[in-house]
Amino acid sequence: MKKVKVATVWLDGCSGCHMSLLDMDTAIISLSRKIELVYGPLVDAQEFPEDVTVTLVEGAVSSQDDLEKIQKIRQRTQILISMGDCAVTGNVPGMRNSIPVQKLLQRVYVDGAEEKKLVPSDRVPVLLKQARPVREFVKVDICLPGCPPPSKAILGVINDLLEGKKPDGNFKVKFG
Amino acid sequence: MPQKKLSIRIDGELISALEGQTILQAARANKKYIPTLCALEGLTPVGACRICLVEVSGSERLFPACTTPIQEGMSVITNSPRLTRYRRITLELLLIERNHVCAVCVSNGHCELQAMATAFGISTVELAYNFPKLSLDMSHPRFVLDHNRCILCTRCVRVCAELEGAQVWELISRGIHARIVSELNEKWGNAASCTSCGKCVQACPTGALAEKGRAVEEMTKNLEAVTSLVHRRGVQA
Ligand code: SF4
Ligand code: FES
Repeated sequence: MKKVKVATVWLDGCSGCHMSLLDMDTAIISLSRKIELVYGPLVDAQEFPEDVTVTLVEGAVSSQDDLEKIQKIRQRTQILISMGDCAVTGNVPGMRNSIPVQKLLQRVYVDGAEEKKLVPSDRVPVLLKQARPVREFVKVDICLPGCPPPSKAILGVINDLLEGKKPDGNFKVKFG
Repeated sequence: MPQKKLSIRIDGELISALEGQTILQAARANKKYIPTLCALEGLTPVGACRICLVEVSGSERLFPACTTPIQEGMSVITNSPRLTRYRRITLELLLIERNHVCAVCVSNGHCELQAMATAFGISTVELAYNFPKLSLDMSHPRFVLDHNRCILCTRCVRVCAELEGAQVWELISRGIHARIVSELNEKWGNAASCTSCGKCVQACPTGALAEKGRAVEEMTKNLEAVTSLVHRRGVQA
C-alpha cells in the first residue's frame, strides 16, 4: 500500500500539540506503516512538498512568515486540519491582540529586558497586528480544538481520514 | 392557594403543569431537558442568553423557555434542527464577543459556557473573533472580576439583589459595550454595600467572577450553595 503523505506545521503555538501527537504510545508504530511524515518539526525536510494529503497545523497565524507559510501549505495540501486551540481560536498567542505591536515589543524587549535593550528587527519575522486563527486566513477542512487536543482525538481523526471516512464530530471537542 | 393545573405538551408528551409556571419550570418538573445559561433556579428569569429558545406550535417565532409562561393547550418543541442551529449561533456569538481563553482560565473544565459548546459539538466558529480590550477588577480582597470571561447573563446581579439583598451589581451601557459594574461603577473593593458573601462568584457560570488565588482550572463553583438557599427559603423556583 502506498503511504499517505502527512505533514505537520508549527506556527505560533507552544509545541504542546506536537507533544500530544507524539503521545499516542504504540499506536504510532501502526500509524507509521500507513503514513509518511513528509514535513514538520519532527522531520528534516526544508521545503514543503507539492502534494501533501493531510497537514496538521499547530498555532495561530501571528507573523508575516506564518502567513506566507500557511498560504503555500494550503495550496499544496488536500486536507488542512487546525490542530489545537491556538490554530482554532487564537488562544494564548491571541492574548496580545488588544496591544499595539510596537508597544508590545517595547514592553518585552526594552522595558522588560535586563540588558541588550533592543527590539529585534533583523532575521526575525515581522509580527502581524494580531495573532488570529488559521481559518481566518485560509480554508480549513477540520478543526480539532483542545489545549492540546487529546492524543486519541488526533489519532482518531488521522485514522478516520486514512479509512476514507469523514471525521465529523466522532471526537468529543472541548476548548481548553 | 392551590394553583390551577394546566395541560400542555412537551415534545408531544402530555404534561400537567401549574398555572404561572414557565415552560422551563414545567419542563424541568417533568425531567425534560432544555439547555440554559442565564437561568438559575430561584432567581427571576430575564431571558438574557437565548440558549433556551423553544418552538411553540402555532407561532413562527421562537420563545425563551425561561421567561415564557405556559398556557392551557400549549405544545412545545424543545429540540429540532432549527433550534440547534439558533442555539449554536448564540453560543458562537458568546464565544467570539469576549476573550474566552479556556486554556488559561481559572474555570477551565468547570465552565458552563465551555461545557455547552462541548455539548453542541462546537469545534470552531464561523465569525471572526472580536478580541476586545477588557479590564480586570482585582480591588476586592477576596474576589476577582474578569470582564474577558463575562457573558452578561446577570446571574450575579440577580443573586446579589434577590438572595443577598445587597444590590451591588448592575449592568451599564448597551450592546457590545455592556458591562457588569459594582455599586454605580465604583471599584468592587470600594463597594460599601458588598457583604463579601461570594454568592455572585458561586452563581457565575464562567470564570468572570472567581476567588482570588485560584490558578488555571482551580475555580470550581458551588451552585448548590445558591440553590439550596433558595430551597430553604422556599422561594418559588
Ligand atoms: S460576571 Fe458572571 S454572573 Fe455576572 S453577568 Fe458576567 S458571566 Fe454572568
Ligand atoms: S436561559 Fe433562557 S434566555 Fe438564558
